[in-house]
Amino acid sequence: MATAEAEPAAAPAAATRPPWTATLHGWVVTVDHKKLGILYVLMAVGFILVAGAAALMMRLQLWAPNLALLPPTTFNQFFTLHGTTMVFFVGMPLLIGIANFAVPLMIGARDMAFPRLNAFGFWATLFGGLLVYFSMVVPGGPPAVGWFAYAPLTENSFARGPGVDCWALGLIVSGFGTTTAAINFAVTTLSLRCPGMTLRKVPFFVWVMFWTSVQILVVMPPLTAALVMLEFDRQLGAHFFDTQAGGSAYLWQHLFWFFGHPEVYILVLPAFGMISEVVPVFSRKVLFGYEFMAAATAAIAFISLGVWAHHMFAVGMSRALDLFFAAASMLVSIPTGIKLFNWLATVYGGKLVLKSPMLFALGFLSMFVIGGLTGIILACAPVDLQVTDTYFVVGHFHWVLIGGTVFGIFSAIHYWYPKATGRMLSERLAKWQFWLLFLGFILTFAPMHVAGILGMPRRIYTYGPGRGWELWNQLATLGALLQAPSYLLFAYNIVASLWKGKPAGDDPWDAWTLEWATPSPPPAYNFAVVPTVRSRRPLWDLKHPDDPDWKYE
Amino acid sequence: MAGVLLADAQNLSILDPAGPPAESIRGLFVLVSAITFGIFLLVEGVLIYSLVTGRRRAGPGDPEPPQVYGSKPIEIAWTAGPALVVFVLVLLVGRVIWEVQPDPDRPPAGAEPLRVTVVGHQWWWEYRYESYNGRELGFVTANELHIPTGSPGTPRPVYLTLQSADVCHSFWVPRLGGKTDLLPGRTNQMWVQTDEPGLYQGQCAEYCGTQHAHMLIRVVAEPPAAFEKWLAAEAAPAADDPAGRAGRAEFLSLSCVNCHTVRGTPARGTFGPDLTHLMARQTLASGTTPNGPADLRRWVNNPQQVKPGCLMPAFALTEPNLNLAVDYLETLR
Repeated sequence: MATAEAEPAAAPAAATRPPWTATLHGWVVTVDHKKLGILYVLMAVGFILVAGAAALMMRLQLWAPNLALLPPTTFNQFFTLHGTTMVFFVGMPLLIGIANFAVPLMIGARDMAFPRLNAFGFWATLFGGLLVYFSMVVPGGPPAVGWFAYAPLTENSFARGPGVDCWALGLIVSGFGTTTAAINFAVTTLSLRCPGMTLRKVPFFVWVMFWTSVQILVVMPPLTAALVMLEFDRQLGAHFFDTQAGGSAYLWQHLFWFFGHPEVYILVLPAFGMISEVVPVFSRKVLFGYEFMAAATAAIAFISLGVWAHHMFAVGMSRALDLFFAAASMLVSIPTGIKLFNWLATVYGGKLVLKSPMLFALGFLSMFVIGGLTGIILACAPVDLQVTDTYFVVGHFHWVLIGGTVFGIFSAIHYWYPKATGRMLSERLAKWQFWLLFLGFILTFAPMHVAGILGMPRRIYTYGPGRGWELWNQLATLGALLQAPSYLLFAYNIVASLWKGKPAGDDPWDAWTLEWATPSPPPAYNFAVVPTVRSRRPLWDLKHPDDPDWKYE
Repeated sequence: MAGVLLADAQNLSILDPAGPPAESIRGLFVLVSAITFGIFLLVEGVLIYSLVTGRRRAGPGDPEPPQVYGSKPIEIAWTAGPALVVFVLVLLVGRVIWEVQPDPDRPPAGAEPLRVTVVGHQWWWEYRYESYNGRELGFVTANELHIPTGSPGTPRPVYLTLQSADVCHSFWVPRLGGKTDLLPGRTNQMWVQTDEPGLYQGQCAEYCGTQHAHMLIRVVAEPPAAFEKWLAAEAAPAADDPAGRAGRAEFLSLSCVNCHTVRGTPARGTFGPDLTHLMARQTLASGTTPNGPADLRRWVNNPQQVKPGCLMPAFALTEPNLNLAVDYLETLR
């Protein structure tokens, strides 16, 4: 029989390569922190393409005055989805995913503390995202309320369809996912470090993820509570934010920003950690001022919990509150400055290796500072009264989130991809990606600052001619078109390099932390023998037995 | 900078202030920008220097560079330096916060204050003129705010009381000052003032729904005499022009009256803008289109074409009815 003859021939092949259904099943039921980390990243890459396409459409609509490419409601839905997606389903999953992959390896652990909770966190985030996008097919379509969804625009009187419900429920579900991830990071860091790794000796990225987790645990519950209150209003007839029945629009703003501002630090602190790993390795120097960096991280985590109302200077709080929140916001710039200066001191006097991770890290160092400095301008409450809710702010926070977070994330992915897959990414594509992103990003967001100074508010679907806004909008749109291919190149590179990439070996960057002491990709159990460390750079100690770190720490 | 390039009325730059709050803010903005630009140059300079020298040092097979673990004095220096800058900035910011926020109960000596309540609606502005130099006014108009200019020795501050009828809005005329939000259930105060006659434009700056983009603000600053004339005209009831008699009856029989007020007639709706002196305004639909017979006809015929999503529906009036209604509206000067 033909089948009987074919079977013996097929059997050896099946032994080396399982059928695709088995592979898929393996990925769906996995509780391995490395696979979950990769799933988080893949999910975010999917969402970034969708939300990026929405951004491109909006940029085209703003190309010239009074264009009618997108109807007003569609434009408003697009910026709501764009903001929500980029914050909750791109930014956080990328950072949590990369940390999921890296943290246990860096501390010499076999997995996260709660592997099944870890899997729950990923699936909750994914399904939360899908629930938000389910609004595409409900009557009335996606919500058109902006990502900070100011009440009472979200109430039944103004948002009649179920779009806002999909949005709120999706964020509640994914919020649980994020919270469990934070619990997992905190517990893993506190209890699963390998012998010898005291809390003072954890790799810097791990330290930063610990504080990020603390922040998530403090601010995610208030957001969830606010969303639940909103759903009570919408579905059960409560009046928390229903101003027509005595509810408070002001309360929503406080609750949202108590989450919303620390959220910015949740999005940027992990990038600080990534940069703190990449910059030393590619400068061939130890991180300058580890203790001060560590203290600055904790300081940022604390201070940033007390700055939220700088989003509300125009709300008419009081002079004293305005001054308090202005001062607190400026205070954050001190520990942030400490970090920046320490990175510069690490680069200074080093021997630079300009591989792709370092390229993105340098993009971070040169660009993040600008976003930080425009942040100081915005913290000056009276100046904020002029430029808040204008394109100046749009330019500012994209400068932080792309110049900071996205460059940090790309740096980290280019750094750890060889470890995750056993293959090197194409350096040629990575360089194209970097330069398109770098130039496109500047061209998109620098002109927005000017448009804001010239009086252009954000979230307007069109504008009249003659106000001097046309040129700046056209430059921004050209910049967006220049940036767009860089994300596609990245998506192509991470897929194609799985087959075409050069084998990476265990330690392609000649690095110093524990993840480079195990094969690439690491086995399911991470380390055959649980390592013992004596310093923050265990592999440096191994490579330089004559001059180990533990003599100096 | 934009002032050189643009007609004044089309200039919304925060760098061309025309009143005290906007001027204070520009001063602070320029100063903070200069400080931050200095920090920017310093950081990028050190980075580029380190990059260039770091590249020169790098070579294959070289031993690692000297490992420097940190330095306490240096860390203290770059903590203390920025802390000093922040301290000075906080003092400056405090001063300007007190400068730009109004105290409507205590206008400056010799001032002739105008008090107006601004009510934000989806997507237009209602202006209730309360008092001018202590004189009660008590009329309502929409979308174009007229204010008197100050003269030497007599500042004419305009105190705006901000409220919202539905969702959050924000009142912002960049050349006159920073923005202040209008929140339902709260009352905010704001202050504008100018000595230069002219048209100052702005728009709603807090996302408020579908037509947020077309909630434009026009502030007409006039010398006191012209302003008094405008006040007298606005306070009067609607014109009863014989040319509009037939149209008036038609207008009053239509559902227009459910939402609009025309003072002196039974039309007393408050959901839409007051139309008593509609034709005295330069624009329609909160600045969406110019105001003229053709524009008005197009607007009344189908508002959804002019401002998609706005809350005024198209009433599918027959041709004669539309003509009569528009004829009447045109008499409301």
